[in-house]
Amino acid sequence: MLTSAENNSSARLEVPKTPLGTILSCFVATVLLVAILLFSIEGAEIRFGDLWKNRGNMLEYGSGFLKPDFLDWPDYLQEMIITLQIAVWGTFLAIMGAIPFGLICSSNISPSWMTQPVRRLMDLLRSVNEMVFAMLFIAAVGLGPFAGVLALSLHTLGTLSKLFSEAVEAIDPQPVEGIRATGAMPIEEITYGIIPQVIPLWISYSLYRFEANVRSASVIGMVGAGGIGMLLWDAIRSFNYAKTAAIVLVIVVVVSVLDFASSRIRRLYI
Amino acid sequence: MPVSAEEIQPLLSYSNKSIDQLPAVEIISLWKTFGDLQALKEINVLFQSGEMVGLIGTSGSGKSTLLRHISGLIASDARSECQIKVWGQVVQSGGQICSDVRKIRAEIGFIFQQFNLVERMSLLKNVLVGRLAKIPGYRSLFHLFTRSEKMEAMQALDRVGLASHASQRAGTLSGGQQQRAAIARTLQQQAKIILADEPIASLDPASARLVMETLGELNQQDGITVVVSLHQISFAIRFCPRIVALKSGEIVFDGSSEDLSVEQLGWIYDSDSEVDFEAIRPKLEER
Ligand SMILES: Nc1ncnc2c1ncn2[C@@H]1O[C@H](COP(=O)(O)OP(=O)(O)OP(=O)(O)O)[C@@H](O)[C@H]1O
Ligand SMILES: [Mg+2]
Repeated sequence: MLTSAENNSSARLEVPKTPLGTILSCFVATVLLVAILLFSIEGAEIRFGDLWKNRGNMLEYGSGFLKPDFLDWPDYLQEMIITLQIAVWGTFLAIMGAIPFGLICSSNISPSWMTQPVRRLMDLLRSVNEMVFAMLFIAAVGLGPFAGVLALSLHTLGTLSKLFSEAVEAIDPQPVEGIRATGAMPIEEITYGIIPQVIPLWISYSLYRFEANVRSASVIGMVGAGGIGMLLWDAIRSFNYAKTAAIVLVIVVVVSVLDFASSRIRRLYI
Repeated sequence: MPVSAEEIQPLLSYSNKSIDQLPAVEIISLWKTFGDLQALKEINVLFQSGEMVGLIGTSGSGKSTLLRHISGLIASDARSECQIKVWGQVVQSGGQICSDVRKIRAEIGFIFQQFNLVERMSLLKNVLVGRLAKIPGYRSLFHLFTRSEKMEAMQALDRVGLASHASQRAGTLSGGQQQRAAIARTLQQQAKIILADEPIASLDPASARLVMETLGELNQQDGITVVVSLHQISFAIRFCPRIVALKSGEIVFDGSSEDLSVEQLGWIYDSDSEVDFEAIRPKLEER
């Protein structure tokens, strides 16, 4: 009985065929991807063979990690602290700016003649790398950590404004209307209705950007914007592998510890 | 107990009438269109000071839209004759919301079906929000409330039986508790009118009764004018001496709840299956 029923149903059922269009578009996409990769080989000088040819240099660098030179550790420590200080101020200034700009970028509370131009400005800030900003600010305020602070804060302002405004756009509008109905002013609707709803996300995004800024702050020193990056660049340029290794280790340890701590704290707010 | 002259004196400066002549809410020829939809058609209605009015009608009949117009949360069609006044003061006229609307809103407590409160703030803070319109901006901006304001908020919470939950986050309370907290906020507002839009729609019968009893008590003991839209006709009949029924945006009944017959209800609700008329009939006859 059962088998005949199965036969009946398999006669009626049909596995749907993949449409020709889907197959064609997959094929075209693959061909395009391969073409782009091939085209880029020349410009990017993809020569895996060199890895093997220059293995001697790499081994030498690597050997630095076996006997890192921590002789100047007080310097490393001091510069690492400056790096963190750059990241703290860069992030803080960015948050201070991102609160108003994030609110202005939110389409549910600001008119579009305000959101649109400010959003484009934030996109622009976000698209410029911290290193580029750092070099611009070195020209403006001179070599040193302050240029780094300004560079980080501008780039981070672009990122945080976008993240902050996305959080604001996702709020529940009804409690805000409840506050409006008591005769509150628009600024009070924001401080009592919106901020309490977004604050956990805002804190979490800010910590996340702080982690990213510690990483960035440790390299912007390479262009002269203060912090441990400057020492790193000096060590690399003088082919001092043992020192380079020591500095890299300091950076890796500090950044990992901070990442871990901050991601733990972030989890509390989500 | 009607509102005393002193309490509404600031509002009276806008009008030269005496208080007895002033209705709490006066709606003149209100029309509202959403796209092609006529949501409200020539609504004319007065709510007298101290009344408790039940607003009934099918889903989509325009109850929420009417209440939201009274507090100036939405503007009417731009017809010159449309006008809404609260204590004689114009809320909106000809589709323009008056620029002083915040002052009027401060006198009106608005309770929504749900989600009245900011879930992540404490109950106390949610109630204190009721006083925002009356404290200077710098204090409200930094969440600075005086001891006496906090004490009053505690009293308001005590009045609705929630004083022991004051420091709890609003989001952790039950639906009925949240609605009573919303009522406490209107007390903190010192509102003389409460507009409640289906305040019990998402509550179980016991919580619903508690919320309606609280509203009834404020109406009778404090003389607060209450306009409440309700889906549960039996609650409307029991708690509201006056019923206003809307059907497709028009007022089709306005009178004493005692004059409302089962036949009229059947017509108002198009014999809608969502209303159990037979369950109401004994309640009506019991009167
Ligand atoms: N912002 C809006 N945009 C478009 N149409 C709307 C809007 N608000 C309300 N409406 C429409 O107006 C009509 C009346 O809506 P309203 O919310 O006032 O009804 P209601 O009587 O409160 O219904 P319910 O009992 O379901 O809450 C409905 O048809 C609704 O779809
Ligand atoms: Mg409604």
